[in-house]
Amino acid sequence: MKRILILGAGTAGTIMANRLARKIDRKNWSVTVVDENQTHYYQPGFIFLPFGMNQPDEVIRPQSSLISKQVDFIQDSIDAIRPESSQVVLKSGRILDYHILIIATGVKIVPQQVPGLIDSGWGENIFDFYTFEGASALMEKFKNWPGGKLVLQIAEMPIKCPVAPLEFVFLADSFFTKKKMRDKVDITFVTPAGGAFTRPHSSVVFGNIMHEKNITLVPDFYTERVDGSSGKLIAYGGQAVDYDLLITIPPNLGDEMIARSGMGDELNYVPTHRHTLQSKSYENIFVIGDATDLPSSKAGAVAHFEADGLTENIMNYIAGQSLEEEFDGHSNCFIESGYGKAFLIDFNYDIEPFEGRFPFPVIGPLALLKETRLNHWGKLAFRHIYWNILLRGWPMPGIPTRMSKIGKKIPKQ
Amino acid sequence: MATKTIAGVNVDVNEEGYLNDNSQWNKEIAATIAKEEGITELTPAHWKVIEFLQADCKEKGALPTIRRINVACVPTKEFYTLFPGGPLKKAAKIAGLPKPASCV
Repeated sequence: MKRILILGAGTAGTIMANRLARKIDRKNWSVTVVDENQTHYYQPGFIFLPFGMNQPDEVIRPQSSLISKQVDFIQDSIDAIRPESSQVVLKSGRILDYHILIIATGVKIVPQQVPGLIDSGWGENIFDFYTFEGASALMEKFKNWPGGKLVLQIAEMPIKCPVAPLEFVFLADSFFTKKKMRDKVDITFVTPAGGAFTRPHSSVVFGNIMHEKNITLVPDFYTERVDGSSGKLIAYGGQAVDYDLLITIPPNLGDEMIARSGMGDELNYVPTHRHTLQSKSYENIFVIGDATDLPSSKAGAVAHFEADGLTENIMNYIAGQSLEEEFDGHSNCFIESGYGKAFLIDFNYDIEPFEGRFPFPVIGPLALLKETRLNHWGKLAFRHIYWNILLRGWPMPGIPTRMSKIGKKIPKQ
Repeated sequence: MATKTIAGVNVDVNEEGYLNDNSQWNKEIAATIAKEEGITELTPAHWKVIEFLQADCKEKGALPTIRRINVACVPTKEFYTLFPGGPLKKAAKIAGLPKPASCV
């Protein structure tokens, strides 16, 4: 029996496990997944927790309810990959041999990477919302917070779900307006990027929205340290920003196991071929989702688009055929903008987000790079699609794997 | 796309003055862009960064992050001292490389 071993049962790992379990010849191949958690988190729901728009029990499910019964699930931590001998060593000491390895261990926030961030105020007036614990704690904090300087800070790029910080400040504006205390809350968005977003056209669009919502944008701010005693963020350039309540997005690093295995770059991301998702160093290792070093978004939608091509490529690899260069960097995400509205953007490696209609040209029904109520309903509906269609590895109706230029207003060069 | 004469050479630049074609770059162009960016003299420490950016960009197909530069070339504090303000943007421009769009 030959084994396909998947490390990590997040969005990418779960989709791959369920798809491969249906595709492989089960007389000769088996699928095994290792993850340290019994719980699967719906990470796109974390942004809603602080604002009371999702409840904690809506964003968690047991792994066992999501992963096919044809898949062996092992709950354990991963100590290291030994790529030369095609083995993975688990924390318990167990050694798993593999014929094909799929790395789907994602990224984690590492607040320890920013001097001062966890030394004073962590959990009191400094919070993250990229973890279930952080978002839940912030929900409690917001219930009685009297107002003051609310600062959202991105420590460095890249980060998981690069639109989440934008959504956070937009939702905060809406949330405090509804609480009739917006005049007591000063909202500031601090980023190392040159503008509100990382791609030029949408950066201008979102920069304008921030201005309309009375949110102060502080670009080109690369945080050197946090001074918790005086409530200041200090940048390498010497600038400082005062906060009463700091919402931080710390550096997003790949799993430490990647570093222990000697397989990562300086962020513990695994060097990966950008169109086939094969590891650049070992031909029987593939990488998917946030764990890669690809210049695509680190987001669940991307993992889902990657999974289409990767499933084909694993089958090609098993059959001894050459790999297809399928993945185009396609990314697609809703951006909550508050007051029951949202944006939708659709883009890839080469084409930045533009206005248009999605998924069908002209008729849509969703509008790209425009704020609409329907987009907001789309985002809310997505949670059900995630649990019931996406994680199961079923195709998404009407959503193409490769980005379509049709229906988009792309300026001529 | 526009053309601009830098250090006596006609080069293709984008609307923010970044070179579109790295093969048109030379050291005189670098020195001239540096002056426009407020850096009067390019010292060996500056050249070390410029050469690293060019080599890394060629190898990886993308500009390195400030974290990578910190690990592989020069500490971040010094990087800011060498290219005050927006070090990666300035250094990339001087090196004839694209503006750091950073990853989405």
